[in-house]
Amino acid sequence: MNFISRGFRGRRRDWEGYPTRLPPGQYVTDDFPVLSAGPTPHTPLEQWTFSVVDGDDRKTWSWEEFRALPSETVTVDVHCVTRWSKLDTTWEGVSIDTLLEQVESDAPYVLAFCDGGYTTNLPREDVSGGKAWVAFDYDGEPLEPEHGGPARLLVPHLYFWKSAKWVRGLELREEDGPGFWETYGYHLYGDPWREQRYAGD
Amino acid sequence: MEALDGNAIAGLLHDVFDAEMTSATGVCGSCGASRQVAELVVYVRAPGTVARCRSCGSVLIVVAEVRGIKCVDLSGLASLEPPTAASDVD
Amino acid sequence: MARAAVRGRLSWQIASVDAVAEETPRVRTIVLEVPAWLGHRAGQHLDVRLTAADGYRAERSYSIASAPDEPVAITVERLEDGEVSPYLTEELRVGDALELRGPVGGYFVWGPEDRSPLLLVAGGSGIVPLRAILRHRRRSGADVPVRLLYSSRSLEDVIYRAELDELADGVEVIQTLTREQPPGWTGYTRRVDAELLGEVAWPVDENPLAFVCGPTSFVETVADGLVGLGYPAVRVKTERFGPTGGR
Repeated sequence: MNFISRGFRGRRRDWEGYPTRLPPGQYVTDDFPVLSAGPTPHTPLEQWTFSVVDGDDRKTWSWEEFRALPSETVTVDVHCVTRWSKLDTTWEGVSIDTLLEQVESDAPYVLAFCDGGYTTNLPREDVSGGKAWVAFDYDGEPLEPEHGGPARLLVPHLYFWKSAKWVRGLELREEDGPGFWETYGYHLYGDPWREQRYAGD
Repeated sequence: MEALDGNAIAGLLHDVFDAEMTSATGVCGSCGASRQVAELVVYVRAPGTVARCRSCGSVLIVVAEVRGIKCVDLSGLASLEPPTAASDVD
Repeated sequence: MARAAVRGRLSWQIASVDAVAEETPRVRTIVLEVPAWLGHRAGQHLDVRLTAADGYRAERSYSIASAPDEPVAITVERLEDGEVSPYLTEELRVGDALELRGPVGGYFVWGPEDRSPLLLVAGGSGIVPLRAILRHRRRSGADVPVRLLYSSRSLEDVIYRAELDELADGVEVIQTLTREQPPGWTGYTRRVDAELLGEVAWPVDENPLAFVCGPTSFVETVADGLVGLGYPAVRVKTERFGPTGGR
């Protein structure tokens, strides 16, 4: 027999949108939950860099150089593995296609690395073709530190743990290997539409 | 989001170990700091629960609930000694 | 007094609400009837789990507000954007069932076998486990001297105000109201800082034992301040509460 708390609904709101907008097992939230595995880093912009590492080659942008790159504004839905989804979120960022433009190798995987030591792995294909950004603005304002500012990865078609906060670079790799959460049991790929939350799903 | 401490995961750890663990002593595998679990820096709002060393910030304990099963990773700890009966009375 | 098991299964069980009491406009004490309760120690907490009809669950921890020989009670503060605390402070009624597990904790606990002078420092709802310690001390006839330093925003926010006004023997209550004070207020009027602690804390050579509870930033300021006064770290017990419910 399953116990039910009389009168408890939780903070999810009823949502009668198109059912195809919500992946299985998700609910819509109005707020923007802050999830973190560690303290919020505060790297000063004068020290901030973004790097693309390809074997021995390393291409690095300072904050000024990074902000001088072409950027775009996108409105996307994001889906967290903890089951909340936030619809129509607006971001401004540099497309990862732009950052990977000069990469010579055709290494098929990337590992995003971040301040504080967080990492996450992705297939290169999933951060290419206009599917991913390094985002620096959210909702028209500079991205706040607790939400990953000054810049985070944005890969909306995968679970939001792949949109690594405080990202500092991408390392090209020949093999796919687990990043932080993937090491502790989360799915290597993380497609919310196939509900790939955990390794083995 | 402010960090909490090991008291916040007392129930979780008791559930996993079948024993009270907040007064257990953990030694950090990175810096060697020795502390009771209650004094670790704990992040509970994440895809999993992460407890870090208060001295050096290294990850010591991670608990992720995978398909309803609690998976505990203690690899960041050099050791974890449960409380002795004597340590219940300080 | 049954000692809470250090070893052994910690299972969820269904308790029922025996009584509720509004402590302040935002804070309520809930007295529970827990059929399979094994007893608890002052300072321990319990975990509450709420389940919605569609299976959605939310879990929070709350410090036990009562002494070991009293019925189990928790005191809950309703948080602005809370998910569980509004339910517990506004919806829950006498006679309702509440799923919980506990008692939990073995670090932030006190018993009368400890003879050290006690320094209890509370920020906001951090007073809850310290009140359990005070009640246990009084009910067990212990006579260790106590200083309670309690920080609240205003007089209206002081939890257990009447109880704290009735000074038990050997208990000194020092309050600070940080946002608003009533006319004629003679207590402190600022956030606890190192200087205030220096004026209030037991001298180190009395071998005091400190319990500090409240929001993380409060606890860290106080713990750092006490260590700065010479308190050995091992004599400063801390419990940090977060904005997510009681913890």
